[in-house]
Amino acid sequence: MMERLIIKSDSINTWLSKIIETVPRVLAPVKIGSKAEFKEIKDAGSVAYDVITTTSSIKSAAFPNTETLFAYEKQGLETKLYDVAEDNFLDTVIWGARPCDAVGFGPLTKIFNWDYKDKLYNERFSRLVVVSFACDKADECCFCTSVGGGPGNTAGSDIMLTKINDEDTLVEVLTDKGSKLIDLCKDCFTDADDSVDKESVLAKVPVKFTREQIHEKLAKAFESPIWKAQSERCLGCGACAFVCPTCACFDIQEDAHGNHGRRVRCWDSCGFTLFTQHTSGHNPRPTQATRWRQRVMHKFSYMPDRLDIYGCTGCGRCSRACPVDMNIAEHLTNIANNE
Amino acid sequence: MSKLSKDTAALLSEGTVKMIIGYEQGTERPRPAFCHTPEDCERLIFNDQCSNNLAVYLTKKEIIGEDKVGVVGNYYVIKTVIQLNLENQINLQNLVLMTVDGDDIITFGSIDEMQQYVDTHEPVPNEKVLAAIKKIDKMSRSERWEYWKSELSKCVRCYACRAACPLCYCNRCVTEVNCPQWIEPWASPLSNMEWQINRVMHMSGRCVGCGECAAACPLELPIGILTKKMGMDIKNTFGGWKDGSVLSTYNVNDKENFIK
Repeated sequence: MMERLIIKSDSINTWLSKIIETVPRVLAPVKIGSKAEFKEIKDAGSVAYDVITTTSSIKSAAFPNTETLFAYEKQGLETKLYDVAEDNFLDTVIWGARPCDAVGFGPLTKIFNWDYKDKLYNERFSRLVVVSFACDKADECCFCTSVGGGPGNTAGSDIMLTKINDEDTLVEVLTDKGSKLIDLCKDCFTDADDSVDKESVLAKVPVKFTREQIHEKLAKAFESPIWKAQSERCLGCGACAFVCPTCACFDIQEDAHGNHGRRVRCWDSCGFTLFTQHTSGHNPRPTQATRWRQRVMHKFSYMPDRLDIYGCTGCGRCSRACPVDMNIAEHLTNIANNE
Repeated sequence: MSKLSKDTAALLSEGTVKMIIGYEQGTERPRPAFCHTPEDCERLIFNDQCSNNLAVYLTKKEIIGEDKVGVVGNYYVIKTVIQLNLENQINLQNLVLMTVDGDDIITFGSIDEMQQYVDTHEPVPNEKVLAAIKKIDKMSRSERWEYWKSELSKCVRCYACRAACPLCYCNRCVTEVNCPQWIEPWASPLSNMEWQINRVMHMSGRCVGCGECAAACPLELPIGILTKKMGMDIKNTFGGWKDGSVLSTYNVNDKENFIK
């Protein structure tokens, strides 16, 4: 489905206020110091719109940094198991996502349904409604157009808003879920006529390479010296993976207290030296170079081969978060041009 | 070609060193650069924006191997090399340490020369950090507790602070030990706090004050003021940084007035 509507700028907050009144949880970008993060908002006025991307992605709405898989209690010879979801699976509107945030749920959903259907992820994801704002500006780290996206790409969004001018904002209603949000404030919208064109107001994001180019190069690059050269300055932290909208590697930990405890799932990163370290001490990825290779291969080779989707949305968060400027678009461009 | 590029390229072509670690222009600011050939050295730059503490690479065997390397570092790199040497973590025979001072390339021939440079080139203190410390000093104990609880509950445990710190060189960090598990390895308000307290305690008297832990934090948490404040407390209580590692040095004249 697809419906094109117009909302007046001064009605946007009226509509958002209705959403906040009705929906249990609304997450939106909020300024924190010089940066912005998705936070729960209770007031329409607290949204930071003048933000290219938040520091962290919105993946935690469906895949939290730390979550309890189950809790257990031993009673004599019996062991009782309990389902625990700290967030109670709240119906959630993500307001002010960027196209590169919305599209990130595609790879995440495929990963969490590859073989085992992950109940916790699916429960949370099914309760999300994504209201995206098309980008009218980009920075040097943005490269969505090189990985199949774009500043006005609607994939993954339930509604997309594009500010056409100071008065009018185009509202593309893309799913039934989106439609229900429109119903909360029907008077706020009028039909958009065909002449309303969003392309002209979108940010210009130059294409640096194509995903297919990278995929083809990677097929022969496993033993390439490029991994060592590119990863030399990498410090081996998890900043890139933790801010990424599609990185889904996790660790399972035990929070045991005598006869009761819980099993915890928390984010992991291929940057860490302990990533895929075996109990024996052997590690199939013993150096930063092999772990950096894993990062690129996973997103641009293994995922398209196995899941028919790429693991990168071009949001550029990893590049902005990296303490030593491991600019992924620059590295990918070099891979694309590598003979 | 700049003098910096020319001099470093000569070290490589003469075979004095196998690699030069310096700075090159990055996306928005300078970043660490690794030069293996004289041509690579053309990329090298040095200015006030060159802030990464390059000494972090000197304890990474997979990067420097057994070969002699050259490093063109800033003030804090030099200060860190002195500390790493004190802690027996580097082989000075395999290091050519340089910095740029105006138009001059300074090559350090000994720890004494490094120490003299550090003593005479102390950077202006970061007013922002000092102001933040002042603000926290004025808080009551409970206000301070609430402040740190709120700030550190945002930590995602990406360990960028640990990775960027040249003195966090343990092969196996305490957070990665699970028999027994000292600190919960997942993000939670309590374990985040435990992690940062641990990090700062391990840095006490060793921290050179480069501030790279805070600069590395993707969430901009104010963790740099923890190490800075600890450094100030150590200085007031036990004397300056160059008097040795405070936690491994015993002196009968040590004050004990902090034991309550």
